Formats: sequence, structure tokens, C-alpha cells
Amino acid sequence: MSDSAIKIQDLSKAYRIGVKELKHDTLGSTMISWLKSPLKNFKDLRSLSMIDSNSNDSSIHWALKDVNIEIKKGEVLGIIGKNGAGKSTLLKIISQITYPSTGSVEIYGRVASLLEVGTGFNPELTGRENVYLNGTILGMRKKEIDVKFDEIVNFSGVEKFIDTPVKRYSSGMKVRLAFAVAAHLEPEILIVDEVLAVGDTEFQRKCLGKMHDVSEKEGRTVLFVSHNLSMIQSLCETGLLLVNGKEKGYDKIQSILELYKKELFSGIDHVDTLRDHFVITALHVNDKLSDYVIDDGKGADIRIEFHSKTHCVASLYFIIQNEEGYNVIHTRKDDVKLEQGSNRFYIQYPALPIRPGLYSFNVKIIYNKDGVIERFISNTYYINFASTHNLADLNALLTPKYSLDKY
Amino acid sequence: MNTIPHTVIKPREGSSPINIKEIIRYKDLLYFMVLKDITVLYKQSIFGIGWVIAAPLFSVVLFTVVFGRLAGVPSDGIPYPIFALCGILPWTYFSTSLTAAGNSLVLNASIFTKVYFPRLILPFTPVLSKLLDFIIGFVFLLLVMFYYQYGITVKFLVFPLLVLIMIVTTAGLGFWFSSLALQYRDIKFALTFLIPMMMYAAPVVFPASLVLNKFGYNAYLLYGIYPMTGVIEGLRSMITPDKPIVWELLAVSTGSGVVLLIIGTYVFKKLESKFADVA
Repeated sequence: MSDSAIKIQDLSKAYRIGVKELKHDTLGSTMISWLKSPLKNFKDLRSLSMIDSNSNDSSIHWALKDVNIEIKKGEVLGIIGKNGAGKSTLLKIISQITYPSTGSVEIYGRVASLLEVGTGFNPELTGRENVYLNGTILGMRKKEIDVKFDEIVNFSGVEKFIDTPVKRYSSGMKVRLAFAVAAHLEPEILIVDEVLAVGDTEFQRKCLGKMHDVSEKEGRTVLFVSHNLSMIQSLCETGLLLVNGKEKGYDKIQSILELYKKELFSGIDHVDTLRDHFVITALHVNDKLSDYVIDDGKGADIRIEFHSKTHCVASLYFIIQNEEGYNVIHTRKDDVKLEQGSNRFYIQYPALPIRPGLYSFNVKIIYNKDGVIERFISNTYYINFASTHNLADLNALLTPKYSLDKY
Repeated sequence: MNTIPHTVIKPREGSSPINIKEIIRYKDLLYFMVLKDITVLYKQSIFGIGWVIAAPLFSVVLFTVVFGRLAGVPSDGIPYPIFALCGILPWTYFSTSLTAAGNSLVLNASIFTKVYFPRLILPFTPVLSKLLDFIIGFVFLLLVMFYYQYGITVKFLVFPLLVLIMIVTTAGLGFWFSSLALQYRDIKFALTFLIPMMMYAAPVVFPASLVLNKFGYNAYLLYGIYPMTGVIEGLRSMITPDKPIVWELLAVSTGSGVVLLIIGTYVFKKLESKFADVA
């Protein structure tokens, strides 16, 4: 036996996805296809479970393709990637919820997976009954739960309502109780999928603390999926980056995060029909030409130099988006005179009370060219808003400075 | 904590044997699932568990009036209420638990796509939880029996076997239907008319002796291939002092129940690896 906890070899997983239905344009062909539809439905439904891994069928989607990694005992691995990169599929295979199409996974130790908080909670049952039901679903035995019951209830903070049906709980209470159960699992390998995104901040901090304990003190292997990069950074030692089902990197978390940042903003669509017309020649953020960082509590001075081929009057947009793709800042300035040749703009933002993390920055130029609206979107730059905040505030979009006093 | 389990996950093709050890490890889960089924069912109802008696009671009254009095269906000389209860109780168990088992995977898809545990537990839960209703109904049957001054005889020893045939049959069909229903929702619709049809196929409202008298003993035994025949006939023989237990019929029913269980389990284990993908 080696010191590895999970060995993944050539792991692939194919799913069948919906293929466009044939359209009928005559009543006759509609009738015929309606009569034939049971047969077709049968074939379709059957094919859901029959996947020939060698076929090149267009209705087959490879959620994972040839993943090879070996996870050491006690390692805390953060799995990152865009939506649909295969993170959840990988976790589901390791949790034995679904089976791989090819390849194998070897696991040394008991696995507990938290792909969701409160799986199997029944609203009609009381908190107490749900603790037992949920605990056993997660693989605990009754005896174990008996021993830990008081601890679980204490951790959740819903002592008063433990004999009340869960349907009368607030959603926060439900989550706390459910997480309390999960936090008291004692597997050798713990799998956590984006479940900390729920619950209030105080409770989140408690959970993060518990996860720290779990991984550091007890030497447990933890696989952690989250879109919250700061959380990943603070919890994990190593990272695995998945891109379209393929393993793009498996290394120390810092370098994986770097890799991911590049990946994250590489796939943005450009509508730059005016690519030749405007070219950004330099972007300075707080006097730096690359690796843009804005320190916590500092303002941002952004200087943009771009080259314009025409002389025009345009609207300028400066857009800052968060990782989820929401516009956090959308600044617009109309009737800006652009000179032919080099143009320089200087934007000054005050200290921005936004959540630490990685943000994208784009410049958009829209102008009226002989009655036709032309638009140009620049390449994406990314800016890291660095953090000295503690983790508890990470779930908010805004993290303004504030004071709290008695009066 | 001392022995660290070693698991290998590989692509799965075909059926696989039941992992008994694992099911034993999850016996507490089965226990709490059954407990949940029982507690949730009658919560927030005024009569609560009283409905367990009410449902067969109404059926007995209805059957006695319609089939016993109006249609004059023979009942082997047994008072019709007892005769009907012997049919209705196992039948109610069979139909409710089979319906619940058949739909169990579809209804619990949100659970088993999130957590691993032996999936067989899901369809097996109603097979056990509905037994409570059956037992309560059986106590009710005993009361009716005493009213008609029927006593408990040594023949009651066959009772565990009858319950076992019921469990094995329901589990077998439940495993089979539930795994198919997940991929083909047609099963759900088919069950809604299949189950009443299966009731008229079983000797619930008429005695199996009709078959015996019309088609002879071999046909009667053949009828036992439908395991509920064995259970219902067995129950009637058990309760009626002068109606002997036909062991050959019970043997046929037991055998066919076991075959159903084997087929059902095989199909279930074959489709199991794809459950999360097709759900």
C-alpha cells in the first residue's frame, strides 16, 4: 500500500446529449412520425444507458476525458474549472454515484461526499429524525450518530427546534442542521461540492473552521470544488484545473490558480468588427503594465492607450465583471472625441468595496459611422482585487469598510 | 479506522452480484428509511394510523355486499367478511408496496444522484414499511375471526411462510419495475392499470377452488405460479378449521416468488450502474 488516497487512471465519462429533433412540415409526415414515435422513443431512452465509447456519435458528450492524477493522503485538493468542465462529474465518479465509461479510480479509505447539503431531508420529519435519516444516508451508523448527536445539535444551533418538523424551519436553520450532520462525518476522504455557498456568513465561517480542522489536524484527504477562488486559495494546497473534461494542470494551488485565471478569460467572444480601427496599445493599472493587482482599500488608477484609425465621436464604456460574469462596474461616457492616432484616457476609481477576487476589465467603444452603429470590444484584461479581509465576508458582492459601535 | 477499505471503480457492464456485506453496513439506513415511511405517511391526518383499519374495512363491507350478497360469489363456506379480508389484506399489501417500490427510484432520484448507498434499499423500503399495515390489518382479521368463533390452530404456523412469499414476490417485482421505471416512465402509467388487473387475476373476490373445480388440480397448481394465489389461499386455509393447507400450491408459489426475486434483482443490478445517468 502506498501513501496515495485516490488513484485516477485514464478516466473518461461520456454522456448522451439531446440531438435535434426532426421537424415535419406536412400533416402526413407528422402522423407517420407520431405513429413511429414509440419506437423512436424506445431507441432514444435505451440509448441513454448504452454508450459505445468508441463511437464518434455527435450525441455523445465527453464530460471527462483521460484524466490521470494521484491524490496523496491528507492532501487538500481544490478542483477548479468553468461550468461544465467536468468537476461535478469527477466528484460523482469518485463518490460512486455514477460509473466511468473508461478508466479506473482506486480509492483507499471510506469516502463521504457532500454534493449537496441535506440530501434526503424530509420536511415532515422532526429535526431529530432528519439528523438520523440524513446521517445514515451519508453512511454513518446509528451508534455513531447517537454518540455525536448532542455535538451535532450544538453545532447547528437549532437546539430549541430539534423536535419540530423541519418544514417549519427557516431555510437557514435547515442548512445549518444539515451541514452540522455532514461536518461530523469521519471518513478518510471527504468530497465537498460548492455547498458552502449557502447559509449565513457566521455559519459559513464556522464550517470553514471545521474544514480546516478536518484537513489539518486529522490529516484527512479533502476534495473541494468551488467557484470562490479565494476560498479555494485559503483552504487548498494543491489544485486540479479541468477544461472541457480534460486535465489542464495539477500542481500547487498557486500556479493552478494562475493557470485558471488565464483560462477563465481566454474564451470571451469578441464582437470586434472594428479590430483594425482600434487597438489597445497599453493598459496601466496603478502604474503596472501587467499582473494587475489592486490592493484592498486602495483606489484604482487605470490608464489606457489606444490607437484609432479614424477620427470620430464615440461612447466609451469601461466594464468590470466578476467571475460569474456580472457587471460590477459599468461606466459610460458619451460624446467622447477620439483623435486619429493615439488616444489616452485616465480613469480614476475610488477604493472599491467589492469582494476580493479576480475581475475582468473591458473597454467598449460604440460610435455612429454614417448612420450605422459600430461597436468594438477590447481584449479582456484581468485585475486581481487582493484581500486582507477575513473569509467570513467572502460571500457578499460588496465588502465596504464599516464601523460598528454601541450608542 | 484500523482497516482502510480499498475500492476500485471501473466501468460496469452487465449485472453484478449483490454486495451483502455492504447492505449489512447500511442496515441502519434501511431502518430509518422504513421508519420515515411509516411516520411520514400518517402525519398531519386526524385519524392517523386508524386509516390502516379503515381502508380494508370499507373494502370488506363493499365486497361483502357486492360480491357476497348481490353477485353471490361462492366463498368456500367461509363467512364472506373473513373470506374477503383474507384476500384484501395480502392484496392491499402487495399493491401498495409494489406501487411504492416501482416509483421509489423515480421519486428518490434527487437522493441517489447525490449520495452513494446501496440502491436496492430504495425499492426494498416500502416492501418492509407496508408490512406494518398488513400486520395491523391481520390483527383486525383475528378480531373478526373471534367474532365468528374461529380459533387459532396449529395451522397458524404457516403464517411466516405466507408473509415470506409475499415479501419475496413484491421485492422481486419491485426491484424489476423500479429499475425499468427510471428509464422508461411508461412503467409508472402501466402500473396504474396493471395492478387492478392483477387483483382480478388473483383469487381476491372469488375462491381459487373455482379453478380447481372447473379445470382440475393441475390447473390449480399452475394458478399457484402467481404467488399471490398461494398467499391468499394459504391464508384462507390457515384460518378456516376445515380447509386443509395445499402444500403443493404453496411450494409452487414459493418457487415462482423466488424466481421473480432472482430476475428482479438481476435486472436491477444490471441497470444500476446507469441509474444516475438516466434519472
